[in-house]
Amino acid sequence: MSQDPLLSIQDVTVEYTTQGKRFAAISGVTFDIAEGETLGLVGESGCGKSTTGRAIIQLPRPTRGTVQFEGTELTTLPYDQMRQIRQRLQIIFQDPVSSLNPRRKVKDIVAEPLVIAGISDKAEREGRVREVLTAVGMDPDITMERRPHQFSGGQCQRICIARALIMEPKLIVCDEPVSALDVSVQAQILNLLEDMKERYGLTLLFISHDLAVVKNISDRVAVMYLGKFCELASSLRIYEAPAHPYTAGLMATIPTIEAGAQLETAALSGEIPSPLNPPSGCRFRTRCPIAQDKCASDEPQFREIETGHFVACHFPLTGGTA
Amino acid sequence: MPADIAESQPLLEVIDLYTHFDTPRGVAHAVDGISFTLDRGRTLGVVGESGSGKSVLSRTIIDILSHDGSVLYRGKVMFEGRDLRELSQKEMREVRGREIAMVFQDPMSSLNPVKRIGKQITEVLVKRMGMNKASANLRAAELIDSVGIPDPEQQLKRYPMHLSGGMRQRVAIAIALAGEPKLLIADEPTTALDVTIQAQILDLLRKQQRERNMAVILITHNLGIVSGYTDDVAVMYAGKIVERCETQELMNRPRMPYTEALMKSAPLLSDPPHTRLDAIPGLPPNLLNVPDGCRFHERCRYATDRCLTELPDLTADGSSEHLYACWNPLEVKAEALS
Repeated sequence: MSQDPLLSIQDVTVEYTTQGKRFAAISGVTFDIAEGETLGLVGESGCGKSTTGRAIIQLPRPTRGTVQFEGTELTTLPYDQMRQIRQRLQIIFQDPVSSLNPRRKVKDIVAEPLVIAGISDKAEREGRVREVLTAVGMDPDITMERRPHQFSGGQCQRICIARALIMEPKLIVCDEPVSALDVSVQAQILNLLEDMKERYGLTLLFISHDLAVVKNISDRVAVMYLGKFCELASSLRIYEAPAHPYTAGLMATIPTIEAGAQLETAALSGEIPSPLNPPSGCRFRTRCPIAQDKCASDEPQFREIETGHFVACHFPLTGGTA
Repeated sequence: MPADIAESQPLLEVIDLYTHFDTPRGVAHAVDGISFTLDRGRTLGVVGESGSGKSVLSRTIIDILSHDGSVLYRGKVMFEGRDLRELSQKEMREVRGREIAMVFQDPMSSLNPVKRIGKQITEVLVKRMGMNKASANLRAAELIDSVGIPDPEQQLKRYPMHLSGGMRQRVAIAIALAGEPKLLIADEPTTALDVTIQAQILDLLRKQQRERNMAVILITHNLGIVSGYTDDVAVMYAGKIVERCETQELMNRPRMPYTEALMKSAPLLSDPPHTRLDAIPGLPPNLLNVPDGCRFHERCRYATDRCLTELPDLTADGSSEHLYACWNPLEVKAEALS
């Protein structure tokens, strides 16, 4: 990664107000994504992974921090210019059915970004819709005149992907794109995303709670807990030698065909604390099997323990000379 | 009936069960000729994709689907020798909660939002177990404690909205256990929960199952959960059981191509990144219009002409207890035979 990253996020904090209280959904999040890379983002609900994805496309704008995309600072960009940038910065969501307008035909849904971009030639629009629908594995002759309810969840997700691809974006934020799908269909969509990445030269931020799915699709993986990054490393390394106790606990916790009946007790006890009132020091300490006094008083810094492997823990499980 | 006969007969025996929905667009074959038995103290995993009929099966067993004529039933549900399908609504109410209890996917919608948790548990104890109010309160606190909720007395006074999803599911389990059921049906009990909480809830179910020697039907779409938490397994596809055997046997030696395809389509943690997934092509059939022959044939890589026209029965090789419904079953590997 010698050249500049496609996307660079520095110290991003997103705050919300709820019940009259100000709280940070994510705080101090910093990472880069290189061109052509897939970065996986995992964590449990409420950890801030979707907020991170949305902070990139400025929905809403972060409270603090900077987001640079292709060298342009997005957090201070006027809204009309941001609209232009969004053509190159797309997002797909978890529930494909509710992200499609049920009253419109597929051809109009997929063509909408072209209309917004001011492409007025109807024949050109239709040609591009046909091309992109074919690319995502849908037959345009059958699909274009139909409405979303005539398709299954997996097919709707293909339509969402087609809509995201039609402006030929650089980066797509995929927010749990396969979580609502059955496993057999999930595999089709994951394979499709890999194919589209190849064909359109995409860069992906892939958000999911499923560690096996994230490992499969990502080059690097970041683990989030209560609004902060715990660990970031290459996909191979983080699964081979997780350094943060939370990452290790997550991995020990997933029931897999491989683990079989070996799982005897849950690896992580307790529940996720409220982000309104996060624990002092390390946010994970209340559930951490190896927490010590230091963890309650000092917040661990997100530091590099080996080349490309970052962890926020006073007592990392691996990583050689700390 | 003498006690020893009661012990030797299976707790639950489902015989040739059909549940069809009469819809404006045709008849949906949600459960289409299903038979299986479940012994006391065993955990049966029922695994399948959405629309395979697994939830309709469980709802037919405890009889909570409509009786207004829009649902057509056939077959028997023998529970301790009685056919539950023959019971009156009143008799069936006695069975539900007391003999058979159920835990659903979404704990928020299965709990009453405007009743305190304590009240929701004592209700079962008073109505089904005939306890008086004071002993029901004590018992409710014990139950709350046994499902791993801290500070039971305080929790009983709270409302479901005060609790997290995991805690609500623990309450739902406590309510299910209150009637000391012999069979617990858990329908996707952890699908709405985070993975770390999922493991806690599955552990809790297993602990309770062992302590009470309760039978459990665990319905899930996740083969990993089946592998970790069940004794036996039934794989469902388009309203039918297509493979049934002990769980370890299924994991080691799947015979039905659909089972194999399901295993291969999920990414494995041991695979390197960017491993191409063996996706199953196409979609599960529409239950309004199931294909002739084997229902999986359109998506099956081994399908032959026979599969297009003849529906295979659920059978075994010789005296084996490994049942599968396939004309071209996967070969048993050589080392497995020895």
